[in-house]
Amino acid sequence: MQDRPDASELLEAVRAFLDEQVVPALEGTTQFHARVAANVLAIVAREIVHGERSLRAEWGRLVALLEKPASEAPASEEALRTAVRELNAELVERMRAGATDQGPWDAAVLAHLRATAAERLAIANPKYAEQRRVE
Amino acid sequence: MAGFCHARTRLAIARLAFRGTAAVCTGSVSPDELAPRLRDFLAVASGQGGVVVEHLRRVPGGASRETWSFDARFADGSERALILRRDPGPTNVGTDRALEFRVLRAARTAGVPVPEVLWLGDDPVVLDGCFFVMERVEGEALARRLLREPRYAEARRVMPAQLGAVLARIHAVPVTAPLDDLPGRHDREHPATAELARYERLYRALAPEPHPVIEYGFRWLARRLPPSRRRVLVHGDYRIGNVMFGPEGVRVVLDWEQAHVGDPMEDLGWMCVRAWRFGSPLPVGGIGERADFFRAYEEASGTPVDPDVVRFWEALGNLKWAVICIAQARAYLDGGVRSVELASIGRRTAEAEHDLLELVD
Repeated sequence: MQDRPDASELLEAVRAFLDEQVVPALEGTTQFHARVAANVLAIVAREIVHGERSLRAEWGRLVALLEKPASEAPASEEALRTAVRELNAELVERMRAGATDQGPWDAAVLAHLRATAAERLAIANPKYAEQRRVE
Repeated sequence: MAGFCHARTRLAIARLAFRGTAAVCTGSVSPDELAPRLRDFLAVASGQGGVVVEHLRRVPGGASRETWSFDARFADGSERALILRRDPGPTNVGTDRALEFRVLRAARTAGVPVPEVLWLGDDPVVLDGCFFVMERVEGEALARRLLREPRYAEARRVMPAQLGAVLARIHAVPVTAPLDDLPGRHDREHPATAELARYERLYRALAPEPHPVIEYGFRWLARRLPPSRRRVLVHGDYRIGNVMFGPEGVRVVLDWEQAHVGDPMEDLGWMCVRAWRFGSPLPVGGIGERADFFRAYEEASGTPVDPDVVRFWEALGNLKWAVICIAQARAYLDGGVRSVELASIGRRTAEAEHDLLELVD
């Protein structure tokens, strides 16, 4: 067991340092890159909190979509990531064989893709999905 | 000058993401090495002998090609603010800069607002790579300034229509002999088929993970090819960030290295891609409505715009942007370019996929 601050708290300390002290002290390209760096730390912090949960949700949907025999999700996050990668590869193979070109499976796949896109965005850039498209 | 200073935030799209065939290569020289060689080239090219090169500095941005800013004083006393565009390294494909030079010249002749190109150096020995020298136009290119600063209020008001009218001029540039080696010039297939194939190849070569949304996008678009009636000169990267402006509006169109022969609606769709709205809700480059942009294009070109066709190209644009994000991250992952910006763009793939799904019924 490591001491506090934990990983998220340490990241937040560095992010705040970059945003509040480094960015204002810089200019030009380096300032822009410092801003990008602070944003990268915010992505990592969100992934620490939500990453595994969203990976498990994606696994669950893929297993149902691909009609896999009932089984427990892999316990470790690493094994879970490998499993999701393999399931995605299989989904992609079925798409390339034309399985999503029409029919009810297409709608199910699209719903899954939308859910996954929302989960990915919740970590990569949560404000992006919130910004309304005025059109 | 200011515009080129801020060229840094234009995305440093790695060459591998685009039409060029060479990988990112390094061949950077220092200003002290470059200045005398540039001076000697200009002396011969201008026919004026003793040329003085001053204030030579590298403009940030562009991992695969270099932009340098400098001032030249000629023997007759005249001075010019100039830009050098150079493919770094003799290993690079030499024709890219030469083609860009010819495209800029043809565009200017046809009345498109572009910097005047002056001299082409197609002997790679002179500056270790193909290059050309063009006029340096003063102005701003940074999207965030256009969207936010009060001094650009008038530019924001007039630019959506200006962008439509300028685009009509680009599409009217005659594709004659000097542009004969433009990509797509001799294609017989549907222009969208060519674009999809190009990006699918790139995606298959570069994506480290399976991307079901991108696969879905390729198939969905391939089954919905819209009518394509005209083949014209397409800018290929026509968006906010690649247009230099002043408080009064558009000054010149920059970044022609994606130019090719294709469907004119490709450029209209690309301009509407959400990535170029920079957080603004307005669909045309974050500054305007589609209707104003389309109407100005229709009036200047005499060609009606079908919003559904533009929407197809916008969806294809989002797919391309998703693949470019992957390619950018790959340039970082492969160790070619050490840049936190490139690394972070890998996670912007999620934005492009989200937008693509919004455009899919």
